[in-house]
Amino acid sequence: MTALLDVRDVSKRFTLGGVFGRKTVHAVDGASLTLQTETPEIFTIIGESGSGKTTLARMILGLEDPTEGSILFQGQTVRRRMGKDERMRFMSSVQPVFQNPFEAFNPLRQIDRYLDSTARAFLGATDKTVIDAAMDDALQKVGLSLAEIRGRFPHELSGGQLQRVAIARALIPKPALLIADEPVSMVDASLRMSIVNLLKTLRDSFGVSVIYITHDLATAYYISDRIMIMQRGRIVEIGAARKVLETPEHPYSRLLKSSVLSTADAGAGQLAVDPTLLRAASDCIGRPGRLVSRPDGRAVMIHDA
Amino acid sequence: MTDEILRVDGLKAYYQMHYFGVQREVRAVDDVTMSIGRNEVYGIAGESSSGKTSFIKVLAAAVRPPLRVVSGSVNYDFRSGPINVAAATAAEVERVRWKSLSYIMQGSMSVLNPVRRIGQTFHDFAFRPLGLPREAFDRRVLDHLARLKLPADILRAYPHELSGGMRQRVTIGLATICHPEFIIADEPTTALDLVVQKEVLHLIRDIQAEMGASVVFVTHDMSVHANVTDRIGIFYAGRLVEEGPTRKMFFAPRHPYTAHLVASLPRIGDTAQRPSLDGRPPNLAAPPDGCRFHPRCPLAVDKCRIDVPPLVEVAPGQRSACWRWQDVQPLDRSVALAHGAVT
Repeated sequence: MTALLDVRDVSKRFTLGGVFGRKTVHAVDGASLTLQTETPEIFTIIGESGSGKTTLARMILGLEDPTEGSILFQGQTVRRRMGKDERMRFMSSVQPVFQNPFEAFNPLRQIDRYLDSTARAFLGATDKTVIDAAMDDALQKVGLSLAEIRGRFPHELSGGQLQRVAIARALIPKPALLIADEPVSMVDASLRMSIVNLLKTLRDSFGVSVIYITHDLATAYYISDRIMIMQRGRIVEIGAARKVLETPEHPYSRLLKSSVLSTADAGAGQLAVDPTLLRAASDCIGRPGRLVSRPDGRAVMIHDA
Repeated sequence: MTDEILRVDGLKAYYQMHYFGVQREVRAVDDVTMSIGRNEVYGIAGESSSGKTSFIKVLAAAVRPPLRVVSGSVNYDFRSGPINVAAATAAEVERVRWKSLSYIMQGSMSVLNPVRRIGQTFHDFAFRPLGLPREAFDRRVLDHLARLKLPADILRAYPHELSGGMRQRVTIGLATICHPEFIIADEPTTALDLVVQKEVLHLIRDIQAEMGASVVFVTHDMSVHANVTDRIGIFYAGRLVEEGPTRKMFFAPRHPYTAHLVASLPRIGDTAQRPSLDGRPPNLAAPPDGCRFHPRCPLAVDKCRIDVPPLVEVAPGQRSACWRWQDVQPLDRSVALAHGAVT
């Protein structure tokens, strides 16, 4: 039995600067995670900007090679250099949804052409009616229709609509794994829940696993099965989403939870951040530590004194 | 409210385009009447293309064609004298800009000039409006940085050397150094991390309380509104659909759109299924007749499809534009009762 995705002790280092003042940045430091084929799940990665969540996603997508460790998708190694057939096979099972829909689409290209070329490439369809049906089917899943998208340019749609088109495009090859990097941060409030609920439907009805990258703890709590919290490239806590978010253990996880703006006491203006939590969390940066398993199934990074 | 700093009356601002003999009109702000008190934080919520950005452009006197103010007035009552920015000349606006009427912008990376040091940017920005001698000006900047909890040596730094949170603090510093009476904050924390966002919001609140300024706070994030604002106005398709004290808007909303916005917020510790709303925001070039929310509204009746509901007072300080406001259910009656929002 092979896992859907197996990330084994992956690290990524970037070197900055030239001959003088060379600096190494540990974007991802020893990350491991496994997704099973039999149990589709929504796996959330949470962390501040610069915590390595996007780099990890890019490595899983085969857009970046890890400096150390390996990534296996359905038993096959994922790497940047793949032959065309191998790449197409891989991309038909793993599809990305990126953060900023305005950057994801070429402003001079009609957006239905992205859907069209995806349908041609992955479904092998050449018949116009088959392609249109596939496009419309995917667009209907995200609350749009081909009739309103056909011939439109990116500037004619709002950010929320564009993001839904990006998700629809990713759904065309019927992938097993969707990697969604901040998919709802640019989406309108009244449509956000429809996308979040859509991710749930994809998991429950179509068996699609989703790696959901975000810094919104409340939606993470709402949809995810498991969660992983990253701080400066390291996994500091990983486990069942609800357990981790209800009783976070690592100082950084606790700081994140305390920073969530609560609506339970609307109008009271609770904005102070506990300085001891802030200090405890920043103390953990750069200190060696190791992930220790807890009886409730989560793993927490314990730092050496 | 007795002491108003801003009074907007029947404001209509449309995008009017005229290309090759074809005329198009987008009614981005359609008949908005509201007021903001002194020392008040007023939140504006609404999704993209709801007209909130066009509305604050009018408030900030930054109307450029094709956007035009068609009718209505925007009256400020500043210490230096009243001004109607919807009709004022460029020179009149110039007199109040930054000194009385200030603006915190969204993307801090594109606001700051990348090839000027922060200290030079402060000089470019505030030296003329403040009109102080060089030495007094420098002292003023240093005092202000201390208040923002920024180290003095950032004046020597370039924008790219600062973190996102620091840059956003610098833009807040630029907007507040002249001690304005009215600040417009347009999504000031949208691009920031959770922890930094909370610190920046706290800073805005502190500065506002210290200087006694009024703030219009625009964001689509309802959890930010819950913690920062005193009152909230909800925009939908170019119209103000509901307005009221923050507490009431969360616990006893009287417009189905507000009720949906509040009910759809997920909370840690609550696993109940959140509703998602069908349909999508209307196209402002061809808005639906009657109430613009009716195609998506669970309470819609025939009347809603024909007649536009007026914004009427439904409770002290709370106004709603809905024919069926009495039927809008607060999200949880027991919670609303505990907060004293309903009786």
